[in-house]
Amino acid sequence: MGSPRYFYNVAGKMIPWFAVSFLLTLIAGIYYGLFVAPPDYQQGDSYRIMYIHVPAAWMSMFIYIVMAVAGLISLVWRIKITEITIISSASVGASFTFLALVTGSLWGKPMWGAWWVWDARLTSELMLLFLYLGIIALYSAIEDKRVAARAISILALVGVVNIPIIHYSVEWWNTLHQTSSVTVTGKQAMSTSMLIPLLLMGISFKLYYGAVVLMRARAEVLERDRNTRWVRELVEGEMK
Amino acid sequence: MSEFLDMGGYAMYVWPSYGLAFVILVANWVSPLMQRRRILTDIARKLRRDKREQK
Repeated sequence: MGSPRYFYNVAGKMIPWFAVSFLLTLIAGIYYGLFVAPPDYQQGDSYRIMYIHVPAAWMSMFIYIVMAVAGLISLVWRIKITEITIISSASVGASFTFLALVTGSLWGKPMWGAWWVWDARLTSELMLLFLYLGIIALYSAIEDKRVAARAISILALVGVVNIPIIHYSVEWWNTLHQTSSVTVTGKQAMSTSMLIPLLLMGISFKLYYGAVVLMRARAEVLERDRNTRWVRELVEGEMK
Repeated sequence: MSEFLDMGGYAMYVWPSYGLAFVILVANWVSPLMQRRRILTDIARKLRRDKREQK
């Protein structure tokens, strides 16, 4: 069941489904976000940055939580696939964190008059970027990949304390960053026409992550199992 | 159309956001594909070398 070969084959079948549903929700989200949703009465059209910024910020935290859970499982049961999940997620997680920071900056300039402020939300999100980069650097610095995987499992797990800090920063501290506009319970702060594209983009980015992490994990499985018979047979099949 | 591109005067903030998102999405999609190709060619080269040595 949990064999790398089984994973490789199942992941290969799942990727096209993730890819197609990602593209469909992305097109729908962009269309609703740019053409259908009305301008904001206070922020005009600048708020459309939210359709990139908020889903990117959600992903930055979601992917980190996936990595921390995978880290815990790796440390306890030493499962190869969860080790691979951590390192396969790190670069896409770092990318979304970077995207959230830059789009936040591009939104902050016209709305707050500053590209950057050392507010609790922004600072803790920057810390998250450093955590991702630290995990990538640590993994590539250690030659033995099993040892490297254990090291990043620990780092991913320890760093997860930053996630609630990011999430509650806008409530715990007096921040310039606004509080959440989307809540699971309670009254929404946004009209439905503005909320629909946001949710579509949120789903779209999650599906994208699903496709990309599986693609990268498959490549990592090939690399680690390069001397096994099934990988040799697979490569020989492709050489013909 | 030009009104749409102008984004109510916020074009210089809105479009770079969407542009960067596009670049990041494409880059993270292409990167594992290249990694996969690099690994496959690497393994194939090694297999051919092993076969020559056996002869």
